[in-house]
Amino acid sequence: MREIAEGFAAALKMIARLDADLVQIVLLSVRVSLSAVILASLVALPLGAALAVFRFPGRRAVVVLVNALMGLPPVVVGLVVYLFLSRSGPLGFLGWLFTPAAMIAAQTVLVIPLIAAVARQSIAELWTEYEDELRSLGVGPLRTLATLIWDGRFALLTAVLAGFGRAAAEVGAVIMVGGNIAHVTRVMTTSIALETAKGELALAMGLGILLMAISLAVNIAAYAINEAARGRAAPEKA
Amino acid sequence: MTRPTIRFAAAILALTALALPAGAAERFITVASTTSTEQSGLFKHLLPVFEKKTGIEVRVVAVGTGQAIKLAEKGDADVLFVHHKPSEEKFVAEGWSIKRLPVMYNDFVVVGPAADPAKVKGMKDTAGAFKKIAAAKAPFASRADKSGTHLAELEFWKAAGVDAKTASGQWYKETGSGMGPTLNTAAGMDAYALADRGTWLSFTNRKSLEIAVEGDPKLFNQYGVMLVNKAKHPHVKDKDGQVFVDWLVSPEGQKAIAGYKINGQQLFFPNANQAGA
Repeated sequence: MREIAEGFAAALKMIARLDADLVQIVLLSVRVSLSAVILASLVALPLGAALAVFRFPGRRAVVVLVNALMGLPPVVVGLVVYLFLSRSGPLGFLGWLFTPAAMIAAQTVLVIPLIAAVARQSIAELWTEYEDELRSLGVGPLRTLATLIWDGRFALLTAVLAGFGRAAAEVGAVIMVGGNIAHVTRVMTTSIALETAKGELALAMGLGILLMAISLAVNIAAYAINEAARGRAAPEKA
Repeated sequence: MTRPTIRFAAAILALTALALPAGAAERFITVASTTSTEQSGLFKHLLPVFEKKTGIEVRVVAVGTGQAIKLAEKGDADVLFVHHKPSEEKFVAEGWSIKRLPVMYNDFVVVGPAADPAKVKGMKDTAGAFKKIAAAKAPFASRADKSGTHLAELEFWKAAGVDAKTASGQWYKETGSGMGPTLNTAAGMDAYALADRGTWLSFTNRKSLEIAVEGDPKLFNQYGVMLVNKAKHPHVKDKDGQVFVDWLVSPEGQKAIAGYKINGQQLFFPNANQAGA
């Protein structure tokens, strides 16, 4: 238990010193997870909206599948992405393995189901409100999806933040396709795993506290942007 | 577009710019190696010297020997640097590399709880100590991950005439993880474990663990280096990879290896010129 208290001390010391290695690790973590979440959102938000709006055979099966994939173990995603990106795999020619690009790819795959499932839920609620109006106006399918995503953007932020949380917190996928290479693919979570492996528990705990602080900062920023945007959007509607 | 829309678009654009991967990498090679070399801090000591001299960045993927060999066979590394001679010789025999070069050695130690329930402390015969641990049913934490250390451990059980696998889940704990995590487990449950001395010396979460058996010639742990065969994987960076291999076995590289110390203790002993190593 002593390590937890020492972890706070270690975290404070790290922040006070702010050495170049740590800054690099933190920036890479944020860069990789943010890229993954943006890419995933580009796929997952339209996918979630489509599942909420369109009726087609097998829709329920797809919804259940997407929900189930929220529980994808990161290490399995890592393994599959590794096999694709390996020089012996179909995408080996890209030379992405053991680079941040591979880590972004793995985290993107990891969080698409989560963002899509949460997005589907909130857009389904919006759809019950909008359905009659949009239908009576004769709005086309693509335009319908765009309208729902835009009008539901504040609720959808929660889906995107959940995706960011899952991406930033996972270690199994990035360690597999990134290789935890110092100064190249080492991120917060893989550093924590490495320091724990070395028995440096207080240092590992300190990094963990720092990771939580960063996650908190991202969420505060998102909340603030959300509030500000809501404040601007409201009078416009009125 | 309305003002909020423009702001929203600008925010997304800014985020994307921040998130985009940095520019293409410079000159580098990828080395598949073991956790013992990484976690003991050897690479952190060695690589800056090499990089400064040659301008070639060395990217180390540190995993167990089994996984490192698999990575190299799949063409995901340019150089393989591991420690299990029979596996390395098989790697060369199968054509994945043209040649294996001995680089250095360190040694394994058997660590155990200070209370020493199996009464093995101070023994010089590892197989004998393993036999006593099994007889006492004292907890033993095994890597169980096909790493070089795990393969060495299995050879000691064989020499002791003990089938430890049958006690798996009882006194024989198969952690399936790296050296550090296995030592963390051993420290947590007062278990014995086989560890490489490098990782042990740099390991800080020892609790009551201490060295129980050391100095047995059979505890000797040889490291070898191999350049992945370009004929098998045409994209292998053979020129820069060869520069690294040559440097490791050169007088300069060997001196750098000998110069790595923790608390004044030398961890790895260069022996590139020793016949048959």
